[in-house]
Amino acid sequence: MMELIGIPPQVLFGQLLLGLINGAFYAMLSLGLALIFGLLNIINFSHGAQYMMGAFVAWLVLQYAGIGYWAALIISPIVVGLFGVLLERLLIRRLYNLDHLYGLLLTFGLALMIEGFFRQLYGISGQPYAIPAALQGGTNLGFMFLPTYRAWILIASVAVCVATWAIIEKTRLGAYLRAATENPTMVQAFGINVPLLITLTYGFGVALAAFAGVMAAPAYQVSPLMGSNLIIIVFAVVVIGGMGSIMGAVVTGFGLGLLEGLTKVFYPEASSTVIFVVMAIVLLIKPAGLFGKAA
Amino acid sequence: MTFKLTLAAVTAAVVAAISAGAAQAQITDNVVRLGVLNDQSGIYTDLSGPGGVDAARMAIEDFGGTVAGAKIELVSADHQNKPDIGSNIANQWYDRDGVDAIFDVPTSSVALAVQNIAKEKGKVMIDHGAATSDLTGKACSPTGIHWTYDTYALANGTGRALVEQGAKKWYFITADYAFGHALERDTSNAVTAAGGEVVGTVRSPFPSTDFSSFLLQAQGSGADVIGLANAGGDTVNSIKQAAEFGITQGGQKLASLLVFLSDVHSLGLDVAQGLVLTTGFYWDLNDETRAFAKRFGERNGGKMPTMVQAGIYSSVMHYLKAVEATKSDDGKTVVDQMKKTPVNDFFAKGGVIREDGRMVHDMYLMQIKSPAESKAPYDYYKLLATIPGDQAFRPMDKGECPLVTK
Repeated sequence: MMELIGIPPQVLFGQLLLGLINGAFYAMLSLGLALIFGLLNIINFSHGAQYMMGAFVAWLVLQYAGIGYWAALIISPIVVGLFGVLLERLLIRRLYNLDHLYGLLLTFGLALMIEGFFRQLYGISGQPYAIPAALQGGTNLGFMFLPTYRAWILIASVAVCVATWAIIEKTRLGAYLRAATENPTMVQAFGINVPLLITLTYGFGVALAAFAGVMAAPAYQVSPLMGSNLIIIVFAVVVIGGMGSIMGAVVTGFGLGLLEGLTKVFYPEASSTVIFVVMAIVLLIKPAGLFGKAA
Repeated sequence: MTFKLTLAAVTAAVVAAISAGAAQAQITDNVVRLGVLNDQSGIYTDLSGPGGVDAARMAIEDFGGTVAGAKIELVSADHQNKPDIGSNIANQWYDRDGVDAIFDVPTSSVALAVQNIAKEKGKVMIDHGAATSDLTGKACSPTGIHWTYDTYALANGTGRALVEQGAKKWYFITADYAFGHALERDTSNAVTAAGGEVVGTVRSPFPSTDFSSFLLQAQGSGADVIGLANAGGDTVNSIKQAAEFGITQGGQKLASLLVFLSDVHSLGLDVAQGLVLTTGFYWDLNDETRAFAKRFGERNGGKMPTMVQAGIYSSVMHYLKAVEATKSDDGKTVVDQMKKTPVNDFFAKGGVIREDGRMVHDMYLMQIKSPAESKAPYDYYKLLATIPGDQAFRPMDKGECPLVTK
């Protein structure tokens, strides 16, 4: 049996694939964060809580209205996205002219409140959410058993990432958005409603988090803590990729998922810290992040 | 916040009691004060938390609210699973607020710290939520009692039973901290003693949400059984993902070494079915347990009690009976009396508190029902075997407790 660095290649391929799937979550979440930071200059610390809300809304509509997974994939991002729009209109927009820190503190506080609210209502252990019937089971790939649902996560998130990237980089709307971040006054002068554009962007970023939350619900437990467990890692991903860089967020999301997967094979104890080690190294060598533009 | 309020209430009560001048000689300040110290906001909230406090309150109400002519009061606080916070509260309670006995204290690290404080001050500490068998081993105390379960009993129950069913080769997924290591060690010992072998171990960072990588490694190991030496959210996520990866369909068994009723409730039977586990109590065992569970459920939003919550009721009752019998709230006197009297209630029949503080009672090997077998909410377990107390718990001379080896 040929072995690669002491690990049979089958096991290695399996782990790499799993790493990629985890990376899909990092990519989807850091994408929203990068979008919000890039266009609003807000460090959205409530992103994890909004991801958790996405999962909870999916669970709630199933529990109380019998609405299943597929519909929830659309309903939940809309509901949570509207909540984001409300937040932006009522609170966040007051902070654009202040230091980054205020935005960070506000969104961090919001995250604690949202989490506390769900914890009070639904306890800590979490709620069950079944894998939809069409995606149950799995395929034996020879080197691993791949659950259909995990494959779906990978496909769906790649699609979402590509679509978002295309909207920002390739469409007229995206061009307005990018222009608005460079010079809002000028864009406003052309008759484009910049405040509305910004509100919708925040709503969209939040909806992306909620979408990832619905994707996560069947794979993990729908728990009030699911967001806070993930948010720190996702922030590390964004910092490594370069704050505000869409491409950086997606590429590093998948890349770090792979790296984490490898660590889980060779030295599992370090798998929760490896991302931060990478972050420290990247910040030392390239302070703006891998894909970031130096300020 | 609630802690501050209770603190104020307690202080007021102390002032009232002193100014009334009615203090009896044997019971200090004429009040017997019980404190429930547990997790009210973190990952162990559902298995004990506010429900555990209410179980203690039920016992006090059932006892009649007074003992040996003195009033009974209850305080509670959240130790947030942090040893320093738990120690601070325990010190305040014992020294300043006149608390006579502390109950519950989940999280092994906090339990060990609080039991040490109680030992120094000669005060009572009765533990339910913590798992480590060191509480009645190296760290045992003359005024400490471990009531509900421990790592040794879990390992011995589930580990031995599965090896006897023919599952010889074990692979562990272990939470990478003191509790996980202790549970893995105790289970490995039980497995090898019964003729099985451990083929591999992977240490997962604590806490983790994604176990797929570790499960894949376990799947490839050729083991008969994958032992989960973790708790709470880690257990829930690993069981859920094991179902996703078709572990049991592939012929491997899953053994979760520490599962509470609240975990099963949160998982749902679809994914939890078939799992074998060891528990110190199940609400649907007999008429007595059902009667208690029904009353508990009515006060707690329909939730059935976990073994921890049922154990708290049982021990508060036993404690109050000992205070009544001795007419004293002195720690050593009361605990000695508790050790002299067998525990006979819905929780334990013929339970005995050993010299090292271990409350020895029957444990139960359970299997989780399939959704089709379950007839009602919380109808989750079927009984595979009753493990007699003397086989379930570690023999007293094997625990290195200084109180008994001397």
